[in-house]
Amino acid sequence: MTTTEHKPHTSSEIGGLGHSRRRVEDARFLEGRGNYVDDITLPKMLHMAIHRSPLAHARIISIDTSAAEAVEGVVAVVTGELLAGYNLAWMPTLSGDTQAVLATDKVRFQGQEIAAVIATDRYVAQDAARLVEVEYEDLEPIVNPQRSLEEDAVLIRDDKEDQTSNLCFEWESGDKALTEAAFAKADKVVSLETHYPRSHPAPLETCGIIADVDSATGQATLYMTSQAPHAHRTVFALVAGLAEQNIRIISPDIGGGFGNKVPIYPGYVVATAASLVIGQPVKWVETRTENLISTGFARDYYMKGELAVTNDGRILGLRVDMLADEGAFYADAQPSKFRAGLFHIVTGSYDYPAAYVTTRGAYTNKAPGGVAYRCSFRVTEASYLIERLVQNAAYELGMDPAEFRSNNFIQADQFPYHSPTGFVYDSGDYETAMRKAMEMVGYGDIQAEKEEARKEGRLVGIGMASFTEVVGAGHGEDYDIIGLKMFDSAELRVHPTGKAILKLGVKSQGQGHETTFAQIVAEELGIPAGDVKVVEGDTDNTPYGLGTYASRSTPVAGAATAVISRTLREKARKIAAHLLEASEEDLEWETGKFFVAGDPESSVSIQDIAFAAYTNPPPNVEAGLEGVHYYDPPNMTYPFGTYIVVVDVDPESGQWKVRRMVAVDDCGVKINPMIVEGQIQGGLTEGFAMSSMQHITFDETGNCLGSNFTDYLVPTAWETPRFELGETVTPSPHHPIGAKGVGESATVGSPAAYVNAVVDALQHMGVQNVEMPMTADRVWHAMQEADGG
Amino acid sequence: MYPSKFDYLAPETLEEALAVLAERGDEVKILAGGQSLIPMMKLRFAEPSTLLDINRVPGLDAIDIQDGHVRVQALARHADVVRSEVIKEENDLMAGAAPWIADPIVRNLGTVCGSLAHHDPEGDWASVMLALDAEVVAASKEGVTHFHPGADGTQHTGGTRVISIQEFLVDMFTTSLYPTEILTEVRVPRYERGGGNYQKLERKVGDYATVGVATHIELGVDDRITKAGIALTSVYAHNLKVTDAETALVGQAPSDELFAEAGRIASAACDPASDTRGSAEYKRHIVGLFTERSLAESLKIAQGGQS
Amino acid sequence: MNITVTVNGMEHTADVEPRLLLVDFIRTNLGLTGTHIGCDTTSCGVCTVLIDGTPVKTCTMFAVQANGRSVTTVEGLKQNGELSAMQQAFREHHGLQCGFCTPAMMLVGTALIEENPDPTEDDIRWAISGNLCRCTGYMNIVKSIEAAAETTREGAIS
Repeated sequence: MTTTEHKPHTSSEIGGLGHSRRRVEDARFLEGRGNYVDDITLPKMLHMAIHRSPLAHARIISIDTSAAEAVEGVVAVVTGELLAGYNLAWMPTLSGDTQAVLATDKVRFQGQEIAAVIATDRYVAQDAARLVEVEYEDLEPIVNPQRSLEEDAVLIRDDKEDQTSNLCFEWESGDKALTEAAFAKADKVVSLETHYPRSHPAPLETCGIIADVDSATGQATLYMTSQAPHAHRTVFALVAGLAEQNIRIISPDIGGGFGNKVPIYPGYVVATAASLVIGQPVKWVETRTENLISTGFARDYYMKGELAVTNDGRILGLRVDMLADEGAFYADAQPSKFRAGLFHIVTGSYDYPAAYVTTRGAYTNKAPGGVAYRCSFRVTEASYLIERLVQNAAYELGMDPAEFRSNNFIQADQFPYHSPTGFVYDSGDYETAMRKAMEMVGYGDIQAEKEEARKEGRLVGIGMASFTEVVGAGHGEDYDIIGLKMFDSAELRVHPTGKAILKLGVKSQGQGHETTFAQIVAEELGIPAGDVKVVEGDTDNTPYGLGTYASRSTPVAGAATAVISRTLREKARKIAAHLLEASEEDLEWETGKFFVAGDPESSVSIQDIAFAAYTNPPPNVEAGLEGVHYYDPPNMTYPFGTYIVVVDVDPESGQWKVRRMVAVDDCGVKINPMIVEGQIQGGLTEGFAMSSMQHITFDETGNCLGSNFTDYLVPTAWETPRFELGETVTPSPHHPIGAKGVGESATVGSPAAYVNAVVDALQHMGVQNVEMPMTADRVWHAMQEADGG
Repeated sequence: MYPSKFDYLAPETLEEALAVLAERGDEVKILAGGQSLIPMMKLRFAEPSTLLDINRVPGLDAIDIQDGHVRVQALARHADVVRSEVIKEENDLMAGAAPWIADPIVRNLGTVCGSLAHHDPEGDWASVMLALDAEVVAASKEGVTHFHPGADGTQHTGGTRVISIQEFLVDMFTTSLYPTEILTEVRVPRYERGGGNYQKLERKVGDYATVGVATHIELGVDDRITKAGIALTSVYAHNLKVTDAETALVGQAPSDELFAEAGRIASAACDPASDTRGSAEYKRHIVGLFTERSLAESLKIAQGGQS
Repeated sequence: MNITVTVNGMEHTADVEPRLLLVDFIRTNLGLTGTHIGCDTTSCGVCTVLIDGTPVKTCTMFAVQANGRSVTTVEGLKQNGELSAMQQAFREHHGLQCGFCTPAMMLVGTALIEENPDPTEDDIRWAISGNLCRCTGYMNIVKSIEAAAETTREGAIS
């Protein structure tokens, strides 16, 4: 069921769902009073700087810290050998592998942590870190997964028993036999080999920690840039052997996360160990280079996709084989059952019976990571592959790509739809979203202009992506991170005066939780959103949750908030019945009050009910109006949409420019349309970034060539296209408020649209593919090669 | 990232500054805008023991006309060039290039003369000045002997020197400036009927050029080209003045074929490296294309009567 | 060495190492943490403040260079205890998400409309192109600066 209009049910004073409520958190940010990790100063705080490997692969012969120790102001120099004494030289990754905290045996990527200097001043710490001397014996650096899996490649993970090759995992999904049968029936097989390049989330605030461990009490307070403070607390308890009740993780304001702040990094562990040993707080904040060369990268999938199609334009099946460059330690942040994340959503928005996906992951001498960069566990790579393949298939069949999509879409009446790789799509109406986008962009006019333009020596292209995402993991039965089930939680306390505090296990990094989650409470309980304070990011004061990534806050914590609000509303009904001297069954709810059916004058407000909960509770009813709910989603949610890009390509230079970018998104019911739009605009920009400039490469010795913002390119306002947004609204049938999550749709869906547009402009020359990022050089070369030039 | 420690001096007269240089020479780095120097110090690629901040020296920030030249003094910022009415009136190439330098905030501090003295082969201003046959003026303390460490036995006794831009730009990150000298101004000849233009292929605002092409032409009363300047950025070990292409233009009536020929010469003259900004083959192609385009644009400006 | 810097109208004197970056002086010595650090290479612009009204990146300037100069940081944007037109516009038009680039964006916007009271969209995009944002996609930042310019022009007329 798709509607394109939805009006708020509540007044703007209440500010429930659908109101573009202005953000609560802005009050502090606008005055420069945000409180990011690096803004915090504690008494007697020391500073840490890390000495890192300049080499990608080498055996460590010796480490000499004496010169560093001699620098005035240096308190300690920590090495892996020292950490080994505390059993902390290695730590587990989120994918169940191990990662060196400080290298002792070998360095396995450029930028790997070797020693840490703790000093009284940040400048001194960095001065001294430079003076750590390490003697190395060079080993062959392995800088791509193809080489890594060759038989004679040197073993990267010789630290692991039973590891005899650089293969880090193999994984498959779907039905091989069924897929082979589908391909046997195909009129044509359309294939595409492409690389989704290595990228980095690069939030403007780098990662950091202040570890404050009180050696007398054992209390460890860790101020961390953490998207998942509760999960991190548990990992710290397991890794560092600290008692979990004594660990308090405070994740203050976060200057953007995008997946970068999901993993635990060696720096966090070293700072904590140093604080424990020294007995003073230790602050560590990455430089930009440290952030780019050592913390969670994303993507880096080599993908081969094949689509079996009939001459009349039907898809019969999909076959995908992938090779993942995992870096030196397998540290993907993703559910443990699924080695390629949720990549198997790769069948996309289309209805066909057969698909088979195989994946191998390889160790290389690069930084570990595999984080879901503004993405729900590899869904970005999947969406890109299918949307590129679909366009190429349409060309191959001589069909319009929109018509080919339309031919194959899962129809609105097919939901819930069981996909060939095992997903159950909750709801969707792909055709309507696509037609809306086509109308907005003037699809027919652009197609016609293409022909005219070519006659004038201009190149115009139009490309689309009709993506389907899968977000909001779990349910817990299938989805966990290192064994922790992917539920999330909300604790709601309504105070006697009718004001409320909502405590969540998730953690905003700019998404505006303090604003939007209050709106859910307002919708459900009729308490004005302005009377609801939202608290996150302090593990001592919020219920356990898995955190904010993979667009899961609204689908999971948002649902928890709605459910606990409803639970309290039911308790409020009991209290209202007591106050109105009526029976519970006779009461009806209208935003903010219960009234006696047929007698609207006999009513009692939620505020009066809250007061009574503490001053005049009914007999046999517990005092108070508080509760906590842990929500385990029955299924994930499936946001979707169609993005259409129009580009002008300079036939002589290969430079291209986005002329139009139309985005129709369907994220179900919107809590705050203003914030939803902001999320989409941001995501479209990151999609543009990846398609046009943003990637990390390495030279043949393993030097990272994207180690700062002059080499790792992030678009400015000048390059970034103007976006035109549209919407359809198809509620999620299983989510309490019908919401689906939206933080990542645009990053997931848009790269294929940009690439499809550029390929479309060149397609008449015979160009089938341009790799991301589509530099002018690559576009020009594609034209040259197609011309036979 | 932080720089290593250094002494900081901020003299309030040019004489004082020159005295410091005469005394400390080699160990001194001059701080004007600092937008290249300070990042290099933070990376510890540069570790001067003394930083000589000349920003407090008065009378060094003019952009004006002097003796038939447009003069840009040592403390004139890129942003000053962008805003300068004198530049707008007088020199199309400089006016066209200034907005391409770094980004708007960096332009507020960075200086034209500082860029030239730094001589990063990926810098845009050196190409502009090569195309314009600029001169730089260097000052040093009078009455003492100054030695140039790079050239055997080269020395002079101080005062003011005027150096042609070609002589000034020796090699990447190297100029003929003495360590005891300050570059006080760069100046370019005025012209009657001409036009200029800078074409830069950059991946985003703030990026160094993948390819930069500076062109400048002047026309005589017979509409023939009387003077031509062409120089390239980021496609050679240093900024490259393409004298052959300039020669091919002078005396000719401008035409598309002529500009295409100049493009071919420039394309052949450059020697780009393949790197993350692009392949050598592509850069070479862009040099030809942009030279042609830039000359056409310069001609249009020249014919439009702008100068 | 001893320096005296006027920050948000208040004079501060301190003895600093010459190599102390201005951004660290502002954040650590003065405790004004609204000015942020995002890179080391003059690329991201989150450390931008106004010096004598002109935006500069304080990760690429030494504190000693600011001796005798006047600095405005985000903490100095309020006027007579009220949010400035720029601050109000960022709130009204959702010009910020994580808030990390916001102080710099507002300062650059403030300097822009001081010089050019009626900027076009391109003028604004050009002016903020030395400042990165990873959250917003810039559209609402542009809208906010446009709106602040309009309010300021109306305020100047009335």
